[in-house]
Amino acid sequence: MASAELMDYDKALELFEPVLGFEVHVELNTKTKMFCGCANEFGSGANTNTCPTCLGLPGGLPQVNKKAIESSIRLGLALGCEIAEHSRFARKNYFYPDTAKNFQTSQYDDPICHDGSITIELESGRLVTVEIERAHMEDDAGKLTHMGGATGRIQGADYSLVDYNRGGVPLVEIVTQMIEGAEHDAPEIGKTYVAAIREIAKGLGVSNARMEEGNVRCDANVSLRPRGSNVLGTRTETKNVNSLRSVERAVRYEIQRQAAVLHAGGTITQETRHWHEDTGRTSAGRPKSDADDYRYFPEPDLLPMAPSREWVEELRLTLPEPPAARRKRLQAAWGFVNLEFQDVVNSDLLDAVEATVAAGASAQAARKWWTGEIARLANVAGVAADTLVTPVQLAALIELVEAGTLTDRLARQVLEGVIAGEGTPTQVVDSRGLAVVSDDGPLVAAIDAALLGQPDVLAKIRDGKVQAAGAVIGAVMKAMRGQADAARVRELVLERAATIE
Amino acid sequence: MSEITAEQVKHLAYLARIDLSPLEITNLTHDLGQIVDSIAKVSEVATADTPATSHPMPLTNVFREDVVVPSLTVEQALSGAPDRAGDKFRVPAILDED
Amino acid sequence: MTYLTKLSAAALSDLLISREVSAVEATRAHLEHITAVDTDLHAFLHVAGDAALATAAQIDARRAAGEELNPLAGVPIAIKDVLATQDMPTTAGSKILEGWIPPYDATVVARLRAAGLVPLGKTNMDEFAMGSSTEHSAYGITRNPWDRDRIPGGSGGGSAAAVASFQAPLALGSDTGGSIRQPAAVTGSVGVKPTYGGVSRYGAIALASSLDQVGPVSRTVYDAALLHDVIGGHDPLDSTSLTERWPSMAAAAAAGLQDDALRGVRVGVIKELSGDGFQAGVTQRFNETLALLVAAGAEITEVSAPNFEYAVAAYYLILPAEASSNLARFDSVRFGIRVNPESGSLTSEHVMSATREAGFGAEVKRRIILGTYALSAGYYDAYYGSAQKVRTLIQRDFAAAFSQVDVLVSPSAPTTAFKFGEKLADPMAMYINDVTTIPANLAGVPGMSIPIGLAPEDGLPVGLQIMAPAKADARLYTVGAAIEQLLEASWGHTMLSQAPALTPTEMFASEEGAV
Repeated sequence: MASAELMDYDKALELFEPVLGFEVHVELNTKTKMFCGCANEFGSGANTNTCPTCLGLPGGLPQVNKKAIESSIRLGLALGCEIAEHSRFARKNYFYPDTAKNFQTSQYDDPICHDGSITIELESGRLVTVEIERAHMEDDAGKLTHMGGATGRIQGADYSLVDYNRGGVPLVEIVTQMIEGAEHDAPEIGKTYVAAIREIAKGLGVSNARMEEGNVRCDANVSLRPRGSNVLGTRTETKNVNSLRSVERAVRYEIQRQAAVLHAGGTITQETRHWHEDTGRTSAGRPKSDADDYRYFPEPDLLPMAPSREWVEELRLTLPEPPAARRKRLQAAWGFVNLEFQDVVNSDLLDAVEATVAAGASAQAARKWWTGEIARLANVAGVAADTLVTPVQLAALIELVEAGTLTDRLARQVLEGVIAGEGTPTQVVDSRGLAVVSDDGPLVAAIDAALLGQPDVLAKIRDGKVQAAGAVIGAVMKAMRGQADAARVRELVLERAATIE
Repeated sequence: MSEITAEQVKHLAYLARIDLSPLEITNLTHDLGQIVDSIAKVSEVATADTPATSHPMPLTNVFREDVVVPSLTVEQALSGAPDRAGDKFRVPAILDED
Repeated sequence: MTYLTKLSAAALSDLLISREVSAVEATRAHLEHITAVDTDLHAFLHVAGDAALATAAQIDARRAAGEELNPLAGVPIAIKDVLATQDMPTTAGSKILEGWIPPYDATVVARLRAAGLVPLGKTNMDEFAMGSSTEHSAYGITRNPWDRDRIPGGSGGGSAAAVASFQAPLALGSDTGGSIRQPAAVTGSVGVKPTYGGVSRYGAIALASSLDQVGPVSRTVYDAALLHDVIGGHDPLDSTSLTERWPSMAAAAAAGLQDDALRGVRVGVIKELSGDGFQAGVTQRFNETLALLVAAGAEITEVSAPNFEYAVAAYYLILPAEASSNLARFDSVRFGIRVNPESGSLTSEHVMSATREAGFGAEVKRRIILGTYALSAGYYDAYYGSAQKVRTLIQRDFAAAFSQVDVLVSPSAPTTAFKFGEKLADPMAMYINDVTTIPANLAGVPGMSIPIGLAPEDGLPVGLQIMAPAKADARLYTVGAAIEQLLEASWGHTMLSQAPALTPTEMFASEEGAV
């Protein structure tokens, strides 16, 4: 297939108005799957978390996970949704080898949550309210691995392998209304909206919300309306855009691609498109057609749900502060400038910094360590920063620095020890013998030796040329192999220079 | 007589993933037409104000606690597989070669 | 030891408890009888043989050790092949599942084992329980012990024939539109479809989820009650399972054997389930039974259920719709056979379609296509949606009727057993045969079929269907046991003692050799 021509973004916006829509899947972090008691966890071997129900064996039957309902309701409430008084599951019928029952247990005409909205803030300060049409529950599919062929992709594969561990894991699918008036901000709206959903889910504790692990997956709908027209354009649905940056890129790409097609007199096919992270393009997938007759009908193996208003109100009381309000509050409390605060938010370290402050550290020190050294080490290790150390450990480390027990340089060594599992910062200081020498005895001896070894310097100091002390301090620090607090050394040098015989 | 066509039966067979033979399509077109004629009378009495019953017993809110129960062993899970590779189920290529 | 096979489960249980007979002896007697008669009847798709004897030996050991066991411990039982069994192939009568041994037991099977019953094997059935004659099994027909040229009913023809031919005192069935009650009627045995949700469906291969119920098959009402007590009750693995505390069905059946059990019982005769379309001998035996009831002090009232007229139509929309989705999982990926297409590329989609083409029989395909149609965009409201509304109307008919009477009765089936092939060519004729049994499934109420005599014109069994309000299963057992006792007293024998003696297979072979 010839690669699509793209129109310049500004020109595309001049000619067309983009209309957006998003379907975000949030994977819940319940202990068990949506409809059976198999563990909702990965990492152990393929097909280890399966049973007759999630394997779709003949005779298997579903049982609804109450915690998943609770999480879905809380998520809905956080999105400002109404919680349906009557809701039910429906079967969405289609054949695919990763779908054990060859139907997805989803919701159709009675979703658990509907009619909500969230307001997101763009970098320009522009506020955009995204209307939520519905948030419904469904089960995830298993995982396919495509074998043979050159790319490991589905195209050209010789055969595929199926692992049903993920099959049946609970998902909440959040569907927006059409987003109009996005204009030039369309890509950023996509990114910011998905980031907001992720942040809300994480704040509620209902999902691990790691996009890189597929906990949050986005399908982006884009269509273009010619300026001056009130007829909606044909939309495409770009599937599985799985990082914030990709959401932004994919929306921008589709706007540019569709604009080029339309401008050249072509038509947009209503279709599913696949996002390719490597090339930054989308490619045509399956066209939407009559084949998408999902034959929804109420799931006969499950009963309707009627969440009591009392239960809903109880759950509403468990909602944390909305992320946007929380950010405003924390930034003010910590006194960070915008850039500092954005750095923390973008690095996904708000919780970590907050917890570190709560454990007694100063906000600036916590920010400096998390976004600095720890982020660097995490990047090297290819893991999330907040998996390396705990806020309590970091707070203890910061306290040692602020008490003068450790220099920054020593503290970095202690941090490495903590990460290596050698114990608490204090234990690492002890076991590695890394503390700043606070007993002045050895230090005084080293200073005296240095002063007597450089009589000319000593004379200059005695003459009041205090800056000459630098040479002695360097020698002392070298002799102490860095295990001394430079400020203290300076203080002692001046003191000894005055008294030494 | 209902208006079930062979084309329609073919499409239904595709949706249901059954590779019907031409003879089966002919027979089913006939059968289905006859059956649909006899069962279409449900709409005679199903007035707008009649609620639908999807479950014979009017239960609601039947939930399970979020507690892990033992899964099948991998060998049990794969015991019926027509084809496998290691601990995974093996299926033919999903897309056509070309 | 042949006499052991003639005993009711209750009578056999007494001998086992008193240790006059061992479970191994009882099991062996049944296995021998199966060997003798089942090559011809073909009630069983799989006979457990050594495994059954091993189970029986364990029961004997436990009983010898003084362990307190369920009264049915050591009693052999046949299991309809629709139920998942860990140690026996489970095919639901379909080629697509040929040889499949599930990695788990259905809840009812697990409960049988826990109670110490001895599974003898798996019984034949219409493929995926779609049919009323067991002619739609992929593994061949089952013959009616009363007449080898006639159907044993369906879909549970195997379980009914096994019990009626003394190959097992008890069997499990499943009833979606009459698959327990109609085979019971045409084989002169007893069958019960419990209240929907009364018995777990976990591990029962689903035909139509909102209609299916597992239930007992036996030769006496009391035996069915004993089995019901073992398999019934809440199962958290089936979300539609009812949480009630059920009374003892056995106690309810025993109450029916008391004097005057029927006095003052209000019995409703459903106007719409009689008259035209019912075989003369069926109507005759039904009316005679009503007369007997009146004589025993029951009050007979005619009640009308005007919407029953639409029941068959609604059923043949709801069932295929649910079945089309339930049977989607048979896709050659995780279990069952895999068949490659004769031509075209070997993609997953083509292999699935070829497998389903080769693995499903004509009736299954017919219903899957019908159900796919009924759920399709543009047709849903007119068909599936309307059928669900008819269901409401039928429930209302039952509610109105049960406000006047305690139980409802009708013939269990419009005719006695028909001949093989008689209704195969005309699907609607086969479907209409379920007119009497379908309403109970649509409404979820319990129903029972008991034998009430032989139709004079063909000498074949006729069944009486008794229905009670939802959750009032115990009432069926009381009334059923009372009627059974009255009838047997009037006949001076049990129904099945009149069945023609079955000739061992070897003799058939020699007869045929002689011809």
